[in-house]
Amino acid sequence: MKSKHLNNCGNWFLDRFPMSKLWNEHMAQYYAPKNFNFWYFFGSLALLVLVNQFITGILLTMNYKPDAGLAFDSVEYIMREVPWGWLVRYMHSTGASAFFIVVYLHMFRGLIYGSYKQPRELIWIFGMLIFLALMAEAFMGYLLPWGQMSYWGAQVIISLFSAIPIIGDDLSLWVRGDYVISDATLNRFFAFHVIAIPLILIMLVFLHIIALHEVGSNNPDGIEIKDSKDPWGHPVDGIPFHPYYTVKDIVGVAVFLFFFATVIFYMPELGGYFLEHANFIPADPLATPEHIAPVWYFTPFYAILRAIPDKFAGVIAMGGAIVVLFLLPWLDRSPVRSIRYRGGIYKKALFLFVISFLGLGYLGMQAPTANATIMARVCTAIYFAFFLLMPIYTRWEKTKPLPKRVTEQPTIEERIPAIKDAFAAMTHEVPTQEHGETVMHTRPNPSGIADAGKSLAKKLKGSLD
Amino acid sequence: MKKLLQTCLLLLMPLGVFASAGMELDSADIDLTDKASLENGAHLYVQYCLGCHSTKYIRYLNLADDFDIDENEILDKVAPDGAGIYDKMLTAMNGHDAKKWFGTQPPDLSLIARSRGADWLYSYLKGFYADPKKPLGVNNAIFPDVGMPNPLWKLQGKQIAVYETVDGQEVITELELEEEGTMSAEEFDKSVNDIVNFLVYAGEPAQLKRESMGKYVLFFIFIFGIIAYLLKKEYWKDIH
Repeated sequence: MKSKHLNNCGNWFLDRFPMSKLWNEHMAQYYAPKNFNFWYFFGSLALLVLVNQFITGILLTMNYKPDAGLAFDSVEYIMREVPWGWLVRYMHSTGASAFFIVVYLHMFRGLIYGSYKQPRELIWIFGMLIFLALMAEAFMGYLLPWGQMSYWGAQVIISLFSAIPIIGDDLSLWVRGDYVISDATLNRFFAFHVIAIPLILIMLVFLHIIALHEVGSNNPDGIEIKDSKDPWGHPVDGIPFHPYYTVKDIVGVAVFLFFFATVIFYMPELGGYFLEHANFIPADPLATPEHIAPVWYFTPFYAILRAIPDKFAGVIAMGGAIVVLFLLPWLDRSPVRSIRYRGGIYKKALFLFVISFLGLGYLGMQAPTANATIMARVCTAIYFAFFLLMPIYTRWEKTKPLPKRVTEQPTIEERIPAIKDAFAAMTHEVPTQEHGETVMHTRPNPSGIADAGKSLAKKLKGSLD
Repeated sequence: MKKLLQTCLLLLMPLGVFASAGMELDSADIDLTDKASLENGAHLYVQYCLGCHSTKYIRYLNLADDFDIDENEILDKVAPDGAGIYDKMLTAMNGHDAKKWFGTQPPDLSLIARSRGADWLYSYLKGFYADPKKPLGVNNAIFPDVGMPNPLWKLQGKQIAVYETVDGQEVITELELEEEGTMSAEEFDKSVNDIVNFLVYAGEPAQLKRESMGKYVLFFIFIFGIIAYLLKKEYWKDIH
């Protein structure tokens, strides 16, 4: 009797809302390629971190005070007096860094498997807009604790606007709402951080996913699974997102949470990278810290800014470093998507690009000495060359023939015996005397390690061809 | 190309090389489970530091709760006379006077361990030496020209600096005890360590909780991960 009523209620709802249609289109009958690998976890993880930031952020606003006189104290109040406040705050601060780690890896996935290429250009554009909104969100959120680094970091970045000719000074005044970073700036940044940008982010994430589900996911082989279908019209190499990828992504979530919780509970500052030491001193407009550096996720772009001798040109270069990413789908002229079938020149270019990006990230944290500036210039040149020369070198590259169907790669489980063998080759049994008895101990084998290093280098070199 | 390589090598040189010309930081032995050390640190802090420096985010009640000590014992042994259990650890010194006497208002020390680090604090508190050129007669090897006298001089005694010329610059390489204080060197180190231990606690009282809680959370996530993995394996066994 009861279940009948419940059923009727359900039907009433379904007659008026396309619930099952949405569920089928986006989950149960959304066919995703079956050969997703490790790199495909980061999209769903980004969504997880977004949800984490929303929930912890809302909880934080319940006790945070966006007032230059109260902000710093209110954060300490959350850390000390609010029940579980420390956990919520660390989840939010660690979540910010985790968001960038996950998003950078997600973007790198796009880069190696050509996920931005036709017909997925729009997904990439929406994704880049998400990245931009995320940077704005992180930058404004970082002012809110009102510590020394919050204050001076914002001061440095906003003063960049004043480098723009003619309107620069007025523009930075307009952004700050004052001649220096002040209560007015804190209040507007709070408004942007808790409502304006999150709304934009949610909308963009929605568009990103809708656009993805319209054309279907790319995969590590970079071929279209829609090209080979079974008699019922389903891609033979596709599997329904739910339940296959929902259960798989939960495993990814568990692994991610393990690292995430380790940071939260044992190293929430992560040696000053996630929470900077100087930010435990309240903002003081009269005392400039010795060394102002943005948080780690901005440092590659900050290094590009500093590498250019002229301030305005530096601002242009920093902006350009992001603009070229937007143009990526049209810069890449290669007929294949995935790095598996690309020519050696692209692999080498990508290798250099990764090194230069990491190098810029490191240099952005260091004091700008003469040598560091030279290195930052070299890295900046490589960064831009990777993108701007792409139309040339991708057209020349010799690609490998594409398979008709997705290929099978060994899974992590299947790789375990090989890893065991490699470990065995790098160690050997050494007999030692213990209490008059000969005991065998496993000890590292230098020649074995050297051989493993050599074969790894050879493999790496081979994979770049 | 060669120049580029040289630059790379220079960059790889650890930045510590430049700092090592002066005094290196001693490492403090931080143990927040050592309640006796924390209590002694709080006691010494109130006696020797609270005269000028507040710890405004800590109440005496927090000490009783977090160190598992009776409230009355905190009031008798740690808190200054006249302080109540709900009072914050505030200095009695007036900020205006402080500015006149020392040129600056002594900072609140609630978060000093998080901005400076335990080792820095430990070395700093042990780093005072006699310097007649300074208005207060003392200077500090870790924080040169600091506008603070050595509050622990009676306990430590009088230190003098030993200079050496490195790369044409006179730097302090070590500090020597000239006059003995009321404590032996080991006793003094232990006392300073207790103060630093207390300051590390004051910087983040939640440390006590989060570190003891972390292992259970990680264990739960680990078990959850195993179940999730088995579930995935079950679902995927027919996918080839």
